[in-house]
Amino acid sequence: MTGGAQAPRWIVPAQLSHGAISAAIADPIQKRGPGRLWFYALLATLPFVLVTLGAIGAVLTVGIGLSGVNTTVVWGFSIANYVWWIGIGNAGTLISSMLLLTRQRWRASINRFAEAMTLFAAGIAGIFPIIHLGRPLYAYWLAPYPNTMELWPQWRSALVWDFWAILSYILFSALFWFTGLLPDLATMRDRATTRAGQVIYGALALGWRNSARHWQVYETYHKTMAALAVPLVCSVHSIVGLDFAASLMPGWQESIFPPYFVVGAMYSGFAMVVVIAIFIRWGLNLQAVITPAHFDVMGKVMLFASVVMTLSYATEWFMAWYGGEPADRDVVRYFFVGDYRWLYYALIACNCVVPQALWFPFARRNLWVLAGISVVINIGMWFERILIVWNTLSHGHAMSLWRTYHTSLYDLAILFGPLGLFVLGFLVLVRILPVISMHEVRQISHDEGAAA
Amino acid sequence: MSRPSTKPLLAEFETPDALVRALRLARADGHRLLDAFTPFPLEELSGALEPARNPVRLVMALAGFGAAAAMYGLQWYSAVYAYPLNSGGRPLHSWPVFTLVPFEFGVLAAAVAGFAAMLWSCGLPRLNHPVHDMPQFERASQDRFLLLVAPKDAPAPLRRRLEEAGALLVSEMHG
Repeated sequence: MTGGAQAPRWIVPAQLSHGAISAAIADPIQKRGPGRLWFYALLATLPFVLVTLGAIGAVLTVGIGLSGVNTTVVWGFSIANYVWWIGIGNAGTLISSMLLLTRQRWRASINRFAEAMTLFAAGIAGIFPIIHLGRPLYAYWLAPYPNTMELWPQWRSALVWDFWAILSYILFSALFWFTGLLPDLATMRDRATTRAGQVIYGALALGWRNSARHWQVYETYHKTMAALAVPLVCSVHSIVGLDFAASLMPGWQESIFPPYFVVGAMYSGFAMVVVIAIFIRWGLNLQAVITPAHFDVMGKVMLFASVVMTLSYATEWFMAWYGGEPADRDVVRYFFVGDYRWLYYALIACNCVVPQALWFPFARRNLWVLAGISVVINIGMWFERILIVWNTLSHGHAMSLWRTYHTSLYDLAILFGPLGLFVLGFLVLVRILPVISMHEVRQISHDEGAAA
Repeated sequence: MSRPSTKPLLAEFETPDALVRALRLARADGHRLLDAFTPFPLEELSGALEPARNPVRLVMALAGFGAAAAMYGLQWYSAVYAYPLNSGGRPLHSWPVFTLVPFEFGVLAAAVAGFAAMLWSCGLPRLNHPVHDMPQFERASQDRFLLLVAPKDAPAPLRRRLEEAGALLVSEMHG
C-alpha cells in the first residue's frame, strides 16, 4: 500500500464509523454464535490438553526420570520449552509498550490479543521450571518466608531470579492487559442484550463511565505502565539469558546472551503474533481493522530481528575463536560437525536464511507466505533453545562425560501438548472478551479523519 | 463539588468536534462544565477537566522504590545475618546480583499500587452512578460524545446553546 499522507492506512475506509468499529469487534461475541468450526477447533485441542495434564501428572508422581535428561545433559526439553514460551510471552508486552511509547498507532489493532498471548504463554512457561525441579513439591522454597528450618533462598541463584522475574512479569502483564480492557468491558456492558451479559461485563468494567476525568487518569497510568514494561520485559528475558550466561560451561559464558535472548524473544513473539493475527482476522472477519499494512510492518520487524539474530550467532562464533579458550572453540566446532549438526543447520535455515524473503514486499503481503515464514521462525527458535542446552552440556570440559540427549515420549508430550493448551486459551478468549482494543481503534479512526 | 441550584444538563453529540464547540460556547456564557463522556480520550478535553486528584505517578514511584528498597534489605539481612552461606568464596553481600530481584519486585509493586491509585482517583469500582440512568448514556462507550454542564441559573438558555451547537438530545439529569 502506498499510504499517502491523507489516506487511512490502518483501517479500511468502508467501515469507519465508531459504531461500526464497536459492532465489528463486539458483535461476533455478543450477537453471533461461535460457529461449527470453533467447536471443531475446541475439540481438536482437547487431546493436547489431556496430554499436557497427563504429562504433568506423570512427572509429578513418577519423577524427572521420565524426561530424556541424563547425568551429563542435565537440562532438556523443559528448559528449552520454558525459554521458548517465555520468549513468545515477551512480544505481547513489547508490542503494547514499546509501540505505545514510540507512538506507533497501528498497534491498536493487535495489542490486545498480543497481550493475551503474553498471559497464556508466560503462564505455560511458568509450568516448566516447576516440573523440571525434580522435587516440585518444594517449589515454594523459592519464596522468602520465615520458616522453622531457618532457611532463606539463595539470592545468587539464577533459579531464584527466574522465580521473581516470571512472577512479576505475569502479574504485571495481567494488570496491564486488564487496564487496557477496562473501557472495552464498559462497551461490552452497554451493548449487552442479556441480563447475564450486563451483570458479568458490568461487574468486570468496575463501573467505568468513559468520563473525561477517568480517561485522564487512565492515560497517566497506562503510559506509566508502558514505560515500566519496556525495562521489565527486557529484564525478564535477560534474566533467562543469565541462566546460561552466568555459568562456567563452555559456550555458556557469553555476555551477549541477555540482549541476544531479548531479541530472540521479540523475534519468535512477533512471529507468533502474526500467526494469531491471521487466524483472528479470518475467524472473526476483522479485515477492516487488521489490514495488509499491519502485516507489512510486522514483517519488517521480523526481518530486522532475523538480521540481529544472525549477527548474534556470528558474534557467538567469533568470540569463541577470538577468546582462544580451547573448550569454547571446540564447542563451536561441535555446533557444525557434532551430533546435533543437522538441527543446527536447520536452525540457521529457519532463523537466518528463510526470513530473508521478507525483504520482498510480496512476502510481507501474502498471508500464506507470511504465515509459513512465521511458523518456520518459531520452529527455528525452538531449535535454538534446545541446542543452547544440548550442545554445551553434551560437549563440556570433561571428555569422559560427553553424551548425547535421548528424547523420550514424555519430552514430546510436553513439547506438543501445551500448544493445544495455548490454542484452547485463545479459543475461549475470543468468545468472551473483545480481542481488539475498541477504544484505541476508535481513536485511530478519529485521528485518520475517518469518522469525523 | 458544590451542587448547583439547577439540575445539570446532559447533551449528546455525534462528533467530538461538535462537543468541543458546544463546550466553548457554554463556557463563554458562564456555564460550568461538570464532565464529558466520550468513547475514547479526547485531547481537547485534557486541559478542560482536571481530575480532582491524580496521584498515580507519585504512588507508583513511592511503591516501586519502597518495595525495591525493602526487597534489597531482605536479601541483605537474610544473606549476611540470618543465613550466611559461603558460596564459592563470593562476598556474603553480593550487591551486583542483589539488584535483580528488587528491580522485578519494585516494578510489580509500582504496577499494583498504581492500579489501586487509578481506581481510587476515578472513584471506582462504583457499579452504579446517576449518569447510567440517563438516556443515550450507553452510547458514550460506543459512538456518541456526551457533555454534562451545570447551567449558571435557568436551564433554558443553556439548553438552547447546546442545541445550537448540534446536540442531538439534551436531557436533565436527576439524582
